[in-house]
Amino acid sequence: MIASRRVLLAALAAVVAACGGCAVVQPWERGTLAKPSMATVQPPHETAQKLRTYNAKEGGAAATGVGGGGCGCN
Amino acid sequence: MEALRVVRWRVSALAAVGAIAAATSAWPLARGEAAPPCTAPRLDGGRTISVADYRGKVVYLDFWASWCAPCRESFPFMNGLQRDLAGKGLEIIAISVDKNEEDARRFLAGHPAQFALGLDTAAACPAAYQLPGMPTSFLIDRAGVIRAVHAGFRSGDAAEIRRQVLEALERH
Repeated sequence: MIASRRVLLAALAAVVAACGGCAVVQPWERGTLAKPSMATVQPPHETAQKLRTYNAKEGGAAATGVGGGGCGCN
Repeated sequence: MEALRVVRWRVSALAAVGAIAAATSAWPLARGEAAPPCTAPRLDGGRTISVADYRGKVVYLDFWASWCAPCRESFPFMNGLQRDLAGKGLEIIAISVDKNEEDARRFLAGHPAQFALGLDTAAACPAAYQLPGMPTSFLIDRAGVIRAVHAGFRSGDAAEIRRQVLEALERH
């Protein structure tokens, strides 16, 4: 019982210590986060261009996704 | 006895988590509270703009930023409020929370404003008002008391905000 309490105490201390590394970004501080370069998804035109290049390299359209029957005719 | 100790242990652990949560968050201002003092440099000529200088008038205090998408919709709405209600004693103050003055000026070039403008790069005013989101507007009555808080802006909010402003103007 004593040992498990020590483990719990250590875990709680670790959580409290880790909280020191967290920062709350206030709503009025989100200017940097709002920049286009911070988007998790790339801009649509950029994605379309990359897909076009990828399709050309793969030798067929929709190389990233369309399921086929294995006939080699996509 | 052992059970009691376990309970006491759990309660103290919960209290610790609660204290951490309370320390990392702050309550936004609510209606009925006194509007905190707030002074910021002006963006539209003049030196500083201070909420306290407007005591005795109904103030619509808006916090905006160049990177805030709904602000593009709130600016035409505030221009409309200014046009219709400035003669009845309404003062609109819009304070930018941009870090960069150029960003704020670029936004204003595309979204002209016919009301008082401030720029608080030090973010003292938004911290004092504890904005829950961007944009946020506060309707402050003649006695300096907050009458309404609007977090965010949707075009559907316009009628309700206008009604609250009219009510505040008629009150005294």
